[in-house]
Parts: sequence; C-alpha cells; structure tokens
Amino acid sequence: MSDLPKPNELISKIDRTPPHTGWMDTPVNIRKGMYCYAANPKSVEYVGLPYPHAWNPVEEDWHLPENWKEILHEGFKVRLERFRSFKVFMDICVRCGACADKCHFFIGTGDPKNMPVLRAELLRSVYRNDFTTAGKILKRIAGARPLTMDVLKEWWYYFFQCTECRRCSVFCPYGIDTAEITIMGRELLNLLGLNIDWVATPVANCYRTGNHLGIQPHAFKDMIDFFVDDIESITGIRVEPNFNKKGADILFITPSGDVFADPGTYTCMGYLMLHHFLKEKYGLDITWSTYASEGGNFGFFTSHETMKRLNAKMYAEAKRLGVKWILGGECGHMWRVINQYMDTMNGPADFLEEPVNPITGTRFENARSTKMVHISEFTADLIKHGKLDLDPSRNDNLVVTFHDSCNPSRGMGMFDEPRYVIQNVVKNFYDMPANTIREQTFCCGSGAGLNAGENMELRLCGGLPRAMAVKHVHEKYGVNMLATICAIDRAALPTLMEYYLPDVRVTGVTELVANALILPGEQERTTNLRGEPLPGMEEEE
Amino acid sequence: MNVNYMYSLLAVVVLFLLSYLGVKVGLAPLFGIVIPYLAVAVFLVGVVRRVMGWAKSAVPFRIPTTCGQQKSLPWIRHNKIDNPFTPGGVVIRMILEIVCFRSLFRNTRNAIREGKLVHEWEIWLWAAALAFHYSFLVVVFRHLRLFTDPVPVWVQMVEHIDSFFRFEILTDSFHFGLPAVFLSGFVLLAAVTFLFLRRVLSPAVRYISLAADYFPLFLIFGIAFSGILMRYFSKVNIRNIKELTMGLVTFHPHIPDGVDPVFYVHLFFVSILLAYFPFSKLMHMAGVFLSPTRNLPGNTRAVRHVNPWNYPVPVHTYEEYEEEFREKMIEAGLPVEKE
Repeated sequence: MSDLPKPNELISKIDRTPPHTGWMDTPVNIRKGMYCYAANPKSVEYVGLPYPHAWNPVEEDWHLPENWKEILHEGFKVRLERFRSFKVFMDICVRCGACADKCHFFIGTGDPKNMPVLRAELLRSVYRNDFTTAGKILKRIAGARPLTMDVLKEWWYYFFQCTECRRCSVFCPYGIDTAEITIMGRELLNLLGLNIDWVATPVANCYRTGNHLGIQPHAFKDMIDFFVDDIESITGIRVEPNFNKKGADILFITPSGDVFADPGTYTCMGYLMLHHFLKEKYGLDITWSTYASEGGNFGFFTSHETMKRLNAKMYAEAKRLGVKWILGGECGHMWRVINQYMDTMNGPADFLEEPVNPITGTRFENARSTKMVHISEFTADLIKHGKLDLDPSRNDNLVVTFHDSCNPSRGMGMFDEPRYVIQNVVKNFYDMPANTIREQTFCCGSGAGLNAGENMELRLCGGLPRAMAVKHVHEKYGVNMLATICAIDRAALPTLMEYYLPDVRVTGVTELVANALILPGEQERTTNLRGEPLPGMEEEE
Repeated sequence: MNVNYMYSLLAVVVLFLLSYLGVKVGLAPLFGIVIPYLAVAVFLVGVVRRVMGWAKSAVPFRIPTTCGQQKSLPWIRHNKIDNPFTPGGVVIRMILEIVCFRSLFRNTRNAIREGKLVHEWEIWLWAAALAFHYSFLVVVFRHLRLFTDPVPVWVQMVEHIDSFFRFEILTDSFHFGLPAVFLSGFVLLAAVTFLFLRRVLSPAVRYISLAADYFPLFLIFGIAFSGILMRYFSKVNIRNIKELTMGLVTFHPHIPDGVDPVFYVHLFFVSILLAYFPFSKLMHMAGVFLSPTRNLPGNTRAVRHVNPWNYPVPVHTYEEYEEEFREKMIEAGLPVEKE
C-alpha cells in the first residue's frame, strides 16, 4: 500500500463537483488503482464462455470481434425479454436523484458516474438509442447515444466499480436495483470475453476443483487437518471432521476463503469446533464436501448461467451423499444466491427433507423448499434453547460491532439472528449508527469480485463510509473488533481497517462463538483461536 | 445555460405559440377536437402497449430488495411490511410505496465534513413529490366536473374540501378569491416550481438531468399556470367550455363560440402531456406496480419460484471430478465412488 495516499489525503481529495462537460461528453479515464486486470483467457476458455482473448484495459485496442456491436445489441434484446426487472428499470427512472449519494463508491470517489442513476444511464442511453422510438427520433435530446468503443469502455470501467450491494435500491421510489443493471452490464461484457481476472479465474477454479482457490481434494483435507491440529493445541480436543460422508445428517458448505486466509481461518476453526460439540453432545453428524467445497459463487458476478453452473454442485452433492438438508456457512453473496436463486435454478430439492434442527426440534419453515439453513439461524436456535455450553467471558477483551453484509441484508433480511448470537457470546456489543447498518448498511467496498490487489485505491474509496462508521463506534465505545458474516468481508475489511483504523480487527461470528464454546472434556484454555491470551490469562503466559 | 433545459423550455414555448396562434387563425376545431381525441387515443394505446411489453418479459427470479428483518425463527420479530413473506404483506408494502412514497421517505443526504461522513434526513424531495402527485390528482379529479352532467356528489365533495380555506382579495379594481380558491392548483404550481429549482440548483441533480426531465415540468407548469389564469384572472366563461368538453365526452364534438384562446392552450398542453406520456419516464406511474424488487414476497426459500426459461446448463459432475482426482483422493483417505 506504499504508493497509496494517506487516509486524510484520500478523504480530502474527494470532490463532488461534477465536471464542466456533460456526462456523455466526458470520456472514461481508466485509471490505475481503480480497475482490475483483464481475465486470463485460459480461465474464460476453461468454462466455455464466449470470446476468450488476451487484452489490456489501458490499451487502445481491446481486440474485439468485428461484429461486437451486433453481439451486444442481440444480447441486450434477449435480456430485455428474459428479465422484466431489466426492461422496467430501463424505462421508468425519473432521475430524481434519491440514489445519487447512497453509493459507497460515489461517497468515496465523488465520481458522478458512480451515482447509481448515472451508472444505469450508461446502459439506458444505449437502450434508448437502440430500442425506443423517442430515442431513435430525438437522439441526444431524448438521452440516447449510440454504442461506441468509448461507451463500451465506460461500461466496463463502471460495472466493475459496483459491488451489486443494492443500497441504492432501498431508497429508490421504484425499487430500481443497480445490482440488476450491473449484472446485465457484466453479462453483456462477458459476451465479448471482457471479464476481470479476479472473477474469471475463481470461476474456472470453482468449476474444476469445487472451490475458488483451485484447492484439490487432498489439499483441501490437508488444510482442514491443519486447523484440527491448532484446535487440539488450544483445547486439547482432537475434532474429527467428516469429508464426503454418505449418510451424514447434514452437508455443510461455506466459502473456501475461510479455509485459506486469516481471519476467515479462525471462523473455519469455529465451524469445526461447533460441529464437534454437536456430534459429541447430541450425535449430530455433519459432513464437509471437497466437491462442493465452495459456498461463494463468482458465477453470480459473471452471468446468470455461470451462477447456475457453479451452484448446481450443492444440490448434486447433497443428493449423492444422501443428507437430510444443507447448512450454509457465513458468506454474503452465497446467501443471496441461495436465498433468491438456487431453488429456482437448480431445484426443486425434493430429495432433501424439510430442515428440522434435530437437537431443538425447531422446524426451519422459512427454508422449507430450499432446504438450506444459515449457520446464524442454526446457532441462534441452539443458543435460544440453551443447547450450547458457553463461557462468554473469554471474549471479555473484545468490544464488538457488527457489519451487516450487503447480501444477507438486502437480499435476505438477516439482521437479528447474528446479533442475537453475538450478544450471547460477547459482553460488549455496540451497533454502528442507524444509517450505516441493517438495510442501510454500507458495503466493504470489495464485493462482487472486486477484492483484488491492483484496484486497492478503489477498494479503499468504496470502503470509506464503512470505515467512518466503525471509527465512530471505535471512538465512542472503544470498539476493537468488527464482526461479520461474510467471507469477502473477512478478506477485505482487515485491509480497510489496517488503512483507516489499525486498532480494529475483523472476525467471523462463529469465531466468537467457538471462543466461548466449552467443548466436552476440554483443557483449560489460555488462548483464543488466534493464539492470543484470553482475558485474565495474560500473566500466566 | 443548460442545453437540456433550454430545449425543453423552447419546446413548450413553441407549443404555446402553435396553439395560441392556431386558434387565432381559425384552427379551433383542430385544437379543440382533433388533437384531444388523438392524444387520448395515443395515451391509451401507448400505455397499454408499454405495459403489455413489460408484462411480456419474464420474471425469472424472485428478487425483492429486503428492507427489514426476514421471517425466520418464531421468536425473532419479522418485519412483515419491508420484508413481506406473504402476498398480503406485499400488497401492504406496495400500497405504502405507491400511496406514501415510503422508499423516498427514507431519503437521507450525506456529506464529508471535517473528515467525517455526516448523514442527515432529507425530507424535501419526498414532501415535494407527495405534494406534486396529490395536488395533481385532486386537480384531475376536480376536472371531472367538466365531463359529467350532473356533477356527481363526490366530485363536489372534493371541490368543497379543496376550497376549504378561503382566500379573498376584493378591492374595487382587483378581485381574487371569487370563485373560491382551490388549493390544489397552487400547490401543484409550487411543487413543480420546487422540483424544477431542485433540478437546476443542485449540481448533482443538474448533472444527471436530461431534456426529458425538464420537458414535463415545463409542460405541467404551463398547464397549471394557464388553468389558474383562466379561473382567477381572465375569468373565462365556464359554460362554453363545459359545452365543448361535454361534446367531446359524449362523442358529439362541436366548437361553441366565445371560448377563450387560453383554454385551447391549456387543452393543447394537456393533450401533449397525454400523448407524450407512454413514450417517457412518466410511465413510472404504471411501472412502479411492476418493479420486481418491490412487488414480490421475500419467501424464496420457502416457496419455490419457477423461471419460465430455465434451461439446462453444462455442469462439472461429481463423476468427472472424481475421475480427475481419484488417486489423490484415495491417498488422502477421502471416500470415492469407484475404487
């Protein structure tokens, strides 16, 4: 991060004054630090997506097929027929401007094309030109403009400056959802092979190995075994996770990011400990899968079809293993996909049972068709029925706040379950200001495939509103831990905090649970899962 | 000077001159009969076609924007309106959206001040939008007087309420307030003016505005202004006008004598607004009902949504996966289907 401006420089640089030229006459400037590298053609080819080719965003020539305009026009047309959302959203915006300052990228950059309304106008202007009578006759006066190479570059730059967080949609009087616009924009770009590599390569990996990182089955097991050793040295208990076990009660699927990178790894240890506890105490048999070892779905950031192809593994594996239902780990867009797409795309899952928690008898009626339950719903239910042995004092050194992840918030409505869990395992909990949490939550700035290294300035701009809200509770209540239920958050927020608020760290909710969870027969713990002394144990080190 | 705004203003001025001068040179039947009929036809056909066009597009996924706590565990308080689980909840959500502009009511404004991001409640857009739409509705409703004979009681009641507050300035040379002042017309004019000023004065909103955003504002301003002019200032002969409008609505159109030219301007503006409606952003009136992020329940995990064009896709099957990694899996002690 050496070539980045200091936080106060970054903040003072933000200027919301629009340029003197109108937005149609202000050509895109693809700026270093604000964009992600082009997709590796091998990754695009591996999953058979259109037009894999080498290209570079900052070069003049993007090496497109000769008929690229026709391809996009046809693609646009097909999507208008397939998605009412798209068609209605192309037609009804009145440009009232309610969304304008709701986007974290606009707040962080001041770039008017990051106002959700203008992001959509980038597509709408071409829609009017190609598909509406008024646009065909009145052209510029009707807000229409033809598709040119400059317009295409603008699409690419700004549709990869949107994290599909849907915050603007909450404030729109017609519910116009920029995520839908960006999804369509990216689908169109993918028709020409114009993905970013941080999306395309995880997609190819996930397709082949079952997870984004391309971890092969044996290595996946090795990594989990490594956590098993760590858990043993902390608790004295050797947990024994199942892999690909036929006839298990429940299949567990979580994002692979938690297997790979801190601090997600501690959340992953938390899952292992929770599973072990339930097995020892209540005989609940939970299995992992190496084939469906990814909850996250970068296909969602590519196209609806790619999303479906990657998601298909979940039900296929549940069917093969003959489990009763599926339990899902902490992940943001994974839950948008599970909640709003999976059953429609790859269901009905009539080979699974309506999910019932065998320990509490709770019937998860809200998941009776999809047959997939969120770990926070599951844990909250266990705690409510007093089924977990907890010692929250082990988390007494933490002052926690909760970052609502975009997708579980605005694509699901999961607010109180994780908060209930946290408040039962942590003594000191404070929410951030109301404008920045729950359905109004601010994105981490790195979602929808933008969590790369080369676009760090963009990520720090986009994360600014979240960082400022954390700063508020950090100064007011001494918050030192930011809890979240999203793997991208766990990967992105530590960088954000390191930049703006080095005193605040990031955790998954299940890590907090596992720290408090008393495993049957465990030794007296002196450290938490991170190997740091527990409160009161500092001197005994 | 803003080009978009100038184009729109110019267009409305041209429309004014067309109708005003047109009537002067004896084209009253064109502006009083032909154009209104055409406009209504274009409006009806256009709106139906546009809505049918939307309805023809599929709704492949159920994607409400959830703005409240989901229905999950029985002891967690479910937000039945902002995250509706049932069609009944959706109806309430939609009613609040359409009648109260609920989403717009949430509006906030933010700014970075002294290195801090400050959020403030921003009520004015919501208030002006509400004032604009409701006063317009009342104005339209009141005009039913011109298309019904006898005038129904409920129209008279609306008029009565609308003129509840009396404003009268009566001097020898200047009379205002007789006939009774209808509040709605003035509120409409004020709201349109506010929305216009907001559009030109706020740099961000000015930047996103197209000619198509100014044109309806100028047009509606022209309609309200010409209406007020006729009622309170030039005091046109309402009986002749009603003769004309009743002729239109009973399909026995004719042009009575002594109708003020301002009336034709007023009618022409309304005709243009109607004809313009289906081709413009004004279609948000119908579109708001069809927005898939608002008009669907958030119960996708409980009730399966069917995508009419869901097609099979190539997937990487478990068998293919095991084929590639079998040896490594066996070595690591992972169970396999084929040894």
